[in-house]
Amino acid sequence: MLQPKFTPPTATELAQRKRAIPDRLVQSCPVCGRTFFRFQAGHYMTCPHCGYALRITARKRVKLLFDDFQETNKQLTVPAQYNDAAYQAKIAKAKKITKLKESVLTGQARIGAQHFAAGIMDPYFIMGSLGSATGEKITRLFEAATKDKLPVVLFTASGGARMQEGIASLMQMAKVSQAVAAHDQAGLLYITVLCDPTTGGVTASFAMQGDIILAEPHALVGFAGRRVIEQTIHEKLPADFQRAETIQQHGFIDAIVPRDQQKQVLERLLKWHAVTEVTA
Amino acid sequence: MVQQQDAFAAVKAARSTAKIPIQTLIDDLVTDFFPLHGDRAGGDDPAMIGGIGQLREMPVTIVGIQKGTNTQENIDRHFGSALPEGYRKSLRLMKEAAKFHRPVLALINTPGAFPDKHSEDFGQGEAIARSLLEGMQLPTPILSIIVGEGGSGGALALACGDEVWMFEHSTYAILSPEGYASIMWKDAAKAPAAAAKLGLTPKELLAEHVVDRVITEVTNQTEAADLATAIHARLTTLLALPPAELLTRRQARYRKF
Repeated sequence: MLQPKFTPPTATELAQRKRAIPDRLVQSCPVCGRTFFRFQAGHYMTCPHCGYALRITARKRVKLLFDDFQETNKQLTVPAQYNDAAYQAKIAKAKKITKLKESVLTGQARIGAQHFAAGIMDPYFIMGSLGSATGEKITRLFEAATKDKLPVVLFTASGGARMQEGIASLMQMAKVSQAVAAHDQAGLLYITVLCDPTTGGVTASFAMQGDIILAEPHALVGFAGRRVIEQTIHEKLPADFQRAETIQQHGFIDAIVPRDQQKQVLERLLKWHAVTEVTA
Repeated sequence: MVQQQDAFAAVKAARSTAKIPIQTLIDDLVTDFFPLHGDRAGGDDPAMIGGIGQLREMPVTIVGIQKGTNTQENIDRHFGSALPEGYRKSLRLMKEAAKFHRPVLALINTPGAFPDKHSEDFGQGEAIARSLLEGMQLPTPILSIIVGEGGSGGALALACGDEVWMFEHSTYAILSPEGYASIMWKDAAKAPAAAAKLGLTPKELLAEHVVDRVITEVTNQTEAADLATAIHARLTTLLALPPAELLTRRQARYRKF
């Protein structure tokens, strides 16, 4: 008996079939390139093949890691003077995706018995870029922590200073650095957790100012962008260039901590650094 | 907003090869300049000049980022883009100055920190971050002058003291107009439009209080003598302040942004 002849599906049929497959069921890892079903990433959103900690929103990170979180300065947003239409559209989209009014979420957090001030940058808010209000929120976080004698844990995820706000963004690096210094001089602990990506002006300021610097597996950490370096210097860069593991080998990261271990690690580090009153 | 052609003309003037080299400016401003070398961590960046000189009766520490005046010097000095070793050297010299309550003069002409593999591997970000964290807390007067290009974080590392001045033909921005145009509009050719968007001219930055004073271009020794007088007067006033008050004022200067 003859096999029925294969007839290729029409464009309409193809479109129908494609629609029947749920969106985002399968994805490929941006680091190792291998594909996996989304459920395989698990609770902590990690590539099942290479362990890369996938990008997540700030609100998702709070749910994953903290036992309690009270948001502060939640109304702070981009100053009205930046009224460029294209920029406004970007901000509106970012707000919708992240449910934030700026690229960092700040507040008081708790893991177990450890209380601390927490900042979580959101890579989905204009690539976590450092705008004026981002810098203001982080500055206020440090100022409050200094006043309340609390340690600060800051999760960085940022493409760097925000181009749309020009020189004001650059000044945030100086402003935040001063608040970090005051917190430091008060003898308080500052832990940074470098998430994918931590680059540009954020790397060149508060991301690299922690007493202890942790990173997520395979996070991109650097100052200048790969493309800029390749174009300027005509250098061929290796695949592991600017990956957290490479940066650690060069001495700039204390530990790379997978996401499912971060809660325990942070709790232990915070406990060891608890501020005790020194009596004469 | 400044017109496109004016903004881009400012960029060209800031980059002009006729711009006074930082080393020449140092030699015109102070006598007996004694260069100091090394970051004490394994390197010495030729792009970052550092040392002590005498401004009238006053010893001052000078740190400065210098471009080359010819091709070979430009290669040696990475076209005026400092390495992490450079930022570690300048911070070391600034700390040494603070120990003896000697004022610091920072002279800036850089397109930005050097973007290459070596600098990334050796912590360009960390070096600038530490300059900001520790340099800004030094209890001695710090006066920064942007002489030509003031490019991004690489310039900021030396421009976060008590006052920042700019030459009339200089620029200071978050990144180059070409970089801005290629990131925002995927077209580096739109650099003139980007220059206008960036607000990089001394006039605009003065209005934003990012800089405190715009000074006449210095092209020769006579003009340098006038600048030396202005620097001397300002540093004398700043030196008279109790260190705690100096730091409080500096804190307020950057807190407002």
